[in-house]
Amino acid sequence: MTTPGTVANAAPYLRIERLTKRYGPFVALKDISLDIFPGEFVCFLGPSGCGKTTLLRAIAGLDVQTSGRIFQADKEISNLPASHRDFGIVFQSYALFPNLTVTANVGYGLVSRGLPKVEIATRVNELLRLVGMPDAGRKYPAQLSGGQQQRVALARALALSPGLLLLDEPLSALDARVRAYLRIEIRRLHQRIGVTTIMVTHDQEEALTMADRIVVMNQGVIEQVGTPVEVYRKPASAFVADFVGTTNFLPGVVVRPGVVRFGDIDLACDLDIQPGPGSDVTLAIRPEDVVVRNIVAATLNTFPARVTDIEFLGSFCRVGLAINGGAPSLVADFSINVVRDLSIVEGKELPIALPPGRLRVFPRAPQKP
Amino acid sequence: MTSVAAPAAASFPATRRRLDRDDILMRLGICLLIGWMLVTLVLPLGMLLLKSFKNQQGDFIGLANYIHYFSTPALFASVWNSLFIAVTSTAIVLPLAFVYAYALQRSCMRWKGLFQALALIPILAPSLLPAISLIYLFGNQGFLKGWMFGVSIYGAVGIIISQVFYCFPHALMILVAALSMADARLYEAADALGASKTRVFFTVTLPGAKYGVISAGFVIFTLVITDFGIAKVIGGRFNVLATDIFKQVIGQQNFEMGAVVGFILLIPAVVAFAADRIIQRRQVALLSARAVPLEPRPVPRRDWGLFAFCALVGGLIFGLLAMSAWASFVTRWPYNLALTLKNYAFGDFDTNGWAAYWNSVVLATWTAAIGTGVVFLGAYLMEKTRGFAWGRGLAQFMAMLPMAVPGLVLGLAYIFFFNARGNPLGFIYATMIILVVNSVTHFYTVSHLTATTSLKQLDPEFEAVSASLKVSLLRTMARVTVPVCLPGVLDISIYLFVNAMTTVSAVIFLYSTDTKLAAVTIINMDESGFTAAAAAMAITIVATSAAVKIAHVVLTHRLARTTQAWRRR
Repeated sequence: MTTPGTVANAAPYLRIERLTKRYGPFVALKDISLDIFPGEFVCFLGPSGCGKTTLLRAIAGLDVQTSGRIFQADKEISNLPASHRDFGIVFQSYALFPNLTVTANVGYGLVSRGLPKVEIATRVNELLRLVGMPDAGRKYPAQLSGGQQQRVALARALALSPGLLLLDEPLSALDARVRAYLRIEIRRLHQRIGVTTIMVTHDQEEALTMADRIVVMNQGVIEQVGTPVEVYRKPASAFVADFVGTTNFLPGVVVRPGVVRFGDIDLACDLDIQPGPGSDVTLAIRPEDVVVRNIVAATLNTFPARVTDIEFLGSFCRVGLAINGGAPSLVADFSINVVRDLSIVEGKELPIALPPGRLRVFPRAPQKP
Repeated sequence: MTSVAAPAAASFPATRRRLDRDDILMRLGICLLIGWMLVTLVLPLGMLLLKSFKNQQGDFIGLANYIHYFSTPALFASVWNSLFIAVTSTAIVLPLAFVYAYALQRSCMRWKGLFQALALIPILAPSLLPAISLIYLFGNQGFLKGWMFGVSIYGAVGIIISQVFYCFPHALMILVAALSMADARLYEAADALGASKTRVFFTVTLPGAKYGVISAGFVIFTLVITDFGIAKVIGGRFNVLATDIFKQVIGQQNFEMGAVVGFILLIPAVVAFAADRIIQRRQVALLSARAVPLEPRPVPRRDWGLFAFCALVGGLIFGLLAMSAWASFVTRWPYNLALTLKNYAFGDFDTNGWAAYWNSVVLATWTAAIGTGVVFLGAYLMEKTRGFAWGRGLAQFMAMLPMAVPGLVLGLAYIFFFNARGNPLGFIYATMIILVVNSVTHFYTVSHLTATTSLKQLDPEFEAVSASLKVSLLRTMARVTVPVCLPGVLDISIYLFVNAMTTVSAVIFLYSTDTKLAAVTIINMDESGFTAAAAAMAITIVATSAAVKIAHVVLTHRLARTTQAWRRR
């Protein structure tokens, strides 16, 4: 398995250069550039209509881009038809041929290659074992569950040993339990065969658990490329902070470098961006980063808050907080321990702290979806 | 490869995807299809239009023919007659078919299958058949003539009754489909809100079937206004547009005036067709994926009421058919009612005799074989070709056109086009080929829609998967697309067969002495006074269509068990 640290040195397997796709006046992809490295598992993550599927289909040659170039294994493939490119693909709808058995489906591409029958049979069996369905060969797709059909589709996509595996929302049509299980299965399969894989998804949990790197997209542009931890911990934009996980957004004004005023509270922050004093900014902090324990006089960014409501979520509670007697403006996730130890109940006043290292600052107001 | 531009360059070269072999083949296929439709539809219609602006010497005279037409009351009256017949028939058929369809779909009436089969019989018959039956019942020697209170059956009354019989199944099929989809939750909600049965009907049932009703209305209107056979047989002195064309062309050899009437007949058909398309486009799927299908519950009073209604309507339909069947076996109506087979010795009444029947069978078989191939392949290309939007759009548009062109007009256009001096395709004139081409074109649209519906049920990504597996689309088409669409393919071929077997209007101008058809001899024998033989030929056609239809049902059933095993879970 590859790690993000090592891949940066290797030559990219797939290089996308200034890709643009227009549908009439609508721009689906705006000048996208991206490198994907050998053996990586990359997720394109974003809301529907963000261009992630368009980008995948451009890579496959199914919907050709308006302009821009694509290189795969050092070969330019920008204008090759799909049949001349090297990829296997799995769709949300499975797209299994309903009138062919599982064996015939998996062997579909092999038969056309004119391989001997014995060789095809061996390969098909091997693939079916790989996806954990060794005995399903004689069945028709309609006799299988959704999860099983998707495994067959996966085996079929891998049959010709493609250099690139494309997964277009492969788990979205499945129910939650199967989805969680297949997530692990696909990840394990990827580790075993090491094929460079791109998966399109709108499910942040899927992206966070499966990807080596996540490409967060919105309105035809890439908002951020990074490991799951980077994307979650250091969202590059308010959009990413909002789309991946839950985030509190607080309006603020820069007072001086490193200090932002929220209401009448001055907060110390590690500023990535350097807007001049007086600029409007948005502060962002995750609910689990709000601190209530071990607050002492020296703790930075401390102020009193009042508990307005408590939502019990099993292993933790999501607590609404009002600051300075105002309306609830902040939610915080407190573990059951904390809630018990500090006897947090509705109406309780308590000091909270927003650690400077956990506060993110973005230049403009976030667009709430 | 595109020329390589410096990455920093402001203008970036547009990417043009290279075409693979499949792309080239498919684009070629679409171009061929467009060519086929140009030759079989667009150019002939163009010739028709051109002809209507010329005099009999072939000089261009502008709108003179049209001015003459509209200033001659005897000719112009047909326009009103045609509209009157069409509107009246529509107004009668729609409510009847709606109640009948409602009984089939929304009640717990008995013998639904029987009633459905009964109502669909007229589809298997030439449109002339009900007219012949009515002549036997209410004509000059009809045994129920007294029921007419002195009104002659020859004329508007006879035409309308025959049209009601002929159009009923067409309207019924559309309405049955429209009423088949219903969300039980809407009815439960209405019940829970205490709505009366009448209110539920007007606020839930009728709006749900609205588009079906509108569509059925347009279909009946177009069928009636373009039908030729009924008015010819029972119209008497009541002139309509369709018979006018015939009179101008065959009776007076005035092809130019025939072209004028043909063009005028095209107008209501095109308007009805366009209006229907525009309204249908506004239809949104009323039925979400979560809808709970409605299961009708027994309401004895309603069910028996509907049963009585269906028995009456179905009985009348069967009665009309049975009348012709009986008459065809009677020795000499109404003087000698002894049964005989001599009316089936067609050679005694028409020089072509049984040969005309076999011509019809040959025509229907070829139309089904060639038509199914062209239509399905055409629909496949339009659905699956990547890019090439203008070509696909043009082909799509041309595939919808034949629906709006009355058979009689198409036939006339074929005379002008294929008989024109210097047309290299002129050799097909007066052969079986021109009849097949004409029939395929005339019935193209409905077949095309069936094929498209069938293809749309396939996963749209099959072609993408094939490309990624480096399998040619031809192979995927043979291995997957056609087998999965087989039921739809069979439906198309049966539709084409039955229509080619029964049609009169499309071929009346195009047959020659060697290729005379069964439905045409019905008209000829009726004109010569051999009504019993005409009835016998009509019944022979019905029997053939019915046999083919039954074979189709059996085959589909058998197929479902053997080659379609994968459909079972």
